Amino acid sequence: MTVARFWRKIPQRYNLIGTKCENCGTVFFPPRSLCPDCRRDGKIVDHHCSGRGKVVTYTVIRTASDQFSNLTPYVLAIIELEDGCRLTSQVICDPSEITFGMPVRSVFRVIAEDGPSGIIHYGTKFVPA
Amino acid sequence: MRDVAVIGIGCSKFGERWDTSFRELFVEAGTLAIEDAGIDGESIDALYVGNMSAGRFVEQEHIGALIADYAGLTRAGHTPATRVEAACASGGLAFRQAVLAVASGMEDIVVAAGVEKMTDAGDSTDVLAAAADREWEGFTGATFPGLYAMIATDYMHRYSLTREQLASVAVKNHYHGSMNPISQFQNEITIDTVLRSTLVADPLRLFDCSPVSDGSAAVVVAPLEMARDFTDAPVTVIGTAQASDTIALHDRRDISTLDASVAAGNRVFERARVDRKDVDLVEVHDCFTIAEICAVEDLGFVKKGEAGMLYEEGQTYIGGDLPVNTSGGLKACGHPVGATGLKQVWEVVTQLRGEAGKRQVDGAEIGMTQNVGGSGATVVCHLFRRV
Repeated sequence: MTVARFWRKIPQRYNLIGTKCENCGTVFFPPRSLCPDCRRDGKIVDHHCSGRGKVVTYTVIRTASDQFSNLTPYVLAIIELEDGCRLTSQVICDPSEITFGMPVRSVFRVIAEDGPSGIIHYGTKFVPA
Repeated sequence: MRDVAVIGIGCSKFGERWDTSFRELFVEAGTLAIEDAGIDGESIDALYVGNMSAGRFVEQEHIGALIADYAGLTRAGHTPATRVEAACASGGLAFRQAVLAVASGMEDIVVAAGVEKMTDAGDSTDVLAAAADREWEGFTGATFPGLYAMIATDYMHRYSLTREQLASVAVKNHYHGSMNPISQFQNEITIDTVLRSTLVADPLRLFDCSPVSDGSAAVVVAPLEMARDFTDAPVTVIGTAQASDTIALHDRRDISTLDASVAAGNRVFERARVDRKDVDLVEVHDCFTIAEICAVEDLGFVKKGEAGMLYEEGQTYIGGDLPVNTSGGLKACGHPVGATGLKQVWEVVTQLRGEAGKRQVDGAEIGMTQNVGGSGATVVCHLFRRV
């Protein structure tokens, strides 16, 4: 990933800043700049997500792309935040621990590296709450 | 709108084609289709090519022109060639573009082709992850099998589907594939083969996953009124439909339902004015075993949560109530991403012509294809009828 591509999403990656449509009240994380329901009638503003949520579904990744192969096996899940939106993230726990509805909270972690001399991607992972 | 018929089909051998390049692969299927239709290159009005990621797999873009060039279509006709892309649904989408071009009256004879050369790439897991949301799925460490694994986890939690029933999808597809000469895998497997294979993303194991493949397929379409000039066995395209959904799995209304599949399925049956019970065979997008389970439900052949029993009873085998993936599907026939949608058309037309040999579905009159892009963000469906 180029520096600019990573840098422009730092608020979202580091702090879970999503967006909210003030017209219908829906919170979007990952953020959207257009509300899919209200479209041009929507009014999009920034929204700080709580970082607390629960596991909707999950898997344990055993075969990863090269960038993540040093982490296997790792738990990947779809998490529903208290704000109502859903996102995909890793959950730091033993693969045998992960369950449906498990409460989780966000933590700031290294996600991956662009090789030994490239940028380090920081971002959000989750831990059991 | 004009009625459209398939007048020629061709498919390369699928598999690890180490000795064959991207452009040679395409020429292989294209030549077969042109010979099958009995046309010459000058009569081709346009070419649509489905290809997911030549840019990543073989570091080549501008695929339309490359293919027109090496198919010998740049001499006299300077035939227009257009690449279309919708990840794993690229082939189905290319076919749909060809059908629309002929139906509209804009073109008469159009070739739809699909090609992918995957084995030249180093990190194909990463290339395929681009079919999902790179920014908010791939970045977090999501792999493509991982996304379908999360569908499987959700599905198996909510509905009664045993691990054995899920494995039976792969067993059936290997059995069908063993009778298909172009199939990547010609061997039969057992439930045990699947259950003992290595875990890729829980609960999916290696034998739940379609392979990395090289291959190409091509189909020639023409107005139905002209079709008899070229073939004694035209097959009519009685319905074409396409639908979109969110790029990321986490944004879907329901994790275990591909709403785009539901929408494209409903549309294609409405347009073709046929019932689901009239379908004699269906080629669905079994990139993973769970995807085939979802497909037969989302297309409306059985209710949500009931596919497991259909598989346990063996109804999806040739000779059953609903033969699914008589080609061997993506699992056994192979999944050269951009070619898959066209291979599905090739299989259905082969069956409707009665030319499928050992894997022939007796008396097949109506066949269907369902081609999925990503984890369900694009779905393309077609219905065909023997004339």
